[in-house]
Amino acid sequence: MRSARVACGGAIHHAVSHTQGLRLADGRVLAEDAVVWLPPFEAGTIIALGLNYGDHLKELAKELTVTSQDEPLVFFKGPGALIGHRGFTRRPDGVKVMHYECELAVVIGSTARRVTRATAMRHVAGYTVCNDYAIRDYLENWYRPNLRVKNRDGCTVLGPWLVDAAEVPDPHALALRTLVNGKVVQQGSTADMAHDIPALIEYLSAFMTLQAGDVILTGTPEGVSNVDVGDEVVTEIEGIGRLVNTIVGDAEFGRSAPAVQETP
Amino acid sequence: MATPQLHFDVPPYRLSGAVYGALLNDPAQLLALGDAVHQPPYKAPPQAPVLEVKPRHTLAADGDDIAVPGGAGGIEIGATLGIVVGRVACRLSMAQALQAVAGYVIAADLGLPLASHYRPSVRLKARDGFCPLGPRVVPAAEVPNPDALSFELSVDGEVVQRGSTAGRVRNVARLLVDVTEFMTLQSGDLLLLGRSHAAPLARVGQSVAIAFAGLGRLQVRLVAEAPLEGPSA
Repeated sequence: MRSARVACGGAIHHAVSHTQGLRLADGRVLAEDAVVWLPPFEAGTIIALGLNYGDHLKELAKELTVTSQDEPLVFFKGPGALIGHRGFTRRPDGVKVMHYECELAVVIGSTARRVTRATAMRHVAGYTVCNDYAIRDYLENWYRPNLRVKNRDGCTVLGPWLVDAAEVPDPHALALRTLVNGKVVQQGSTADMAHDIPALIEYLSAFMTLQAGDVILTGTPEGVSNVDVGDEVVTEIEGIGRLVNTIVGDAEFGRSAPAVQETP
Repeated sequence: MATPQLHFDVPPYRLSGAVYGALLNDPAQLLALGDAVHQPPYKAPPQAPVLEVKPRHTLAADGDDIAVPGGAGGIEIGATLGIVVGRVACRLSMAQALQAVAGYVIAADLGLPLASHYRPSVRLKARDGFCPLGPRVVPAAEVPNPDALSFELSVDGEVVQRGSTAGRVRNVARLLVDVTEFMTLQSGDLLLLGRSHAAPLARVGQSVAIAFAGLGRLQVRLVAEAPLEGPSA
């Protein structure tokens, strides 16, 4: 099953995919653009991986020092970072580099505490697509990646669908790609994860209890590049979904441009 | 392991479960690093607030037993003030900041000692139960100056650290302003002001108590974590 959470007609609904778009639990069939899409499940802890693809690691190698043999690089996000499909993400005026990251999101379905990789996949409820933006101008070398880079309001896009694990026989053989204004800018395969999903669940559950609703954002392959106001950014993963986001500027959020320094 | 059921008598009456903590917010912590703050890997002192997320699995309540790894020489006990947000807080100004606070609660920022502040593993701090909160949320109206609260941290009844919330890199209002510039806080969210320099160590079997003037006393006991079995041990 492919399920979603949407707002429509004054309420929040659970919906499933339909040939004409989606169908609400109450029977209404609606087009994709007739609803407001929310993240497809109520997220608990948001766990993100940095540098989990060999090629992306190489791409950033000039400033980074880890190898795929190292402990997974994990960081957390708060609930305010999340937005759904067809949402709008703010690019602060004046920043130089804001980039997308197409990632397979793994949604936990049952409590996992100290599980081994042999049984880890039993705890996976399903998958969705994530576009985890970063604004590199704000990178500082203290507790990287710092929250001002990776935990901004509306900078972690999730959806459209939560796809049941049963419908994804091999989550480690999925093509993923990103398109900016229709042009392919990032391509990869989930086969190239440095730490695969069972390894991540084993690693995490050794020190933290994973609970239903927790989500693991498994990292991105090479091909990140800057996006600008007005760009339509589509992140898609084979068999999981096509997630659309649009970049907007400060003005949309009632923020004026930074004051120009005037010399007296 | 679950958000402590800290009900209180002012809106929003309960915590949302989202907890963020400030790090390196005591000038003495940066001072102790000396010239290293200008050298690789840091290259420059922090500009924006240094923050971490305390996910729901890290939360624990007053009186809980906290399982800590057996092999460790001890874990650090950071005493910190918790600021409970009382309304949606986005882009607060200094003048508005304290009006957005519902109340205050004691938090313990536990962690294994870190070798570096560059990219420390969350495995060292974000462990089950490593962020106890309590015993209660005291309404902001009863805390006239959150930037001058003294605390005492005791291990097995002996005071091992005395400190205060005064003299932070960012005080309560400034921290709220700088955090809400880029991340909106919701009613019931908790923002930790951050521990003081030189957090004391405590070991398995010891009892730890943090008393803040006017906020009560948060106490937990450190117990041994069962050894990890299987291939990842």
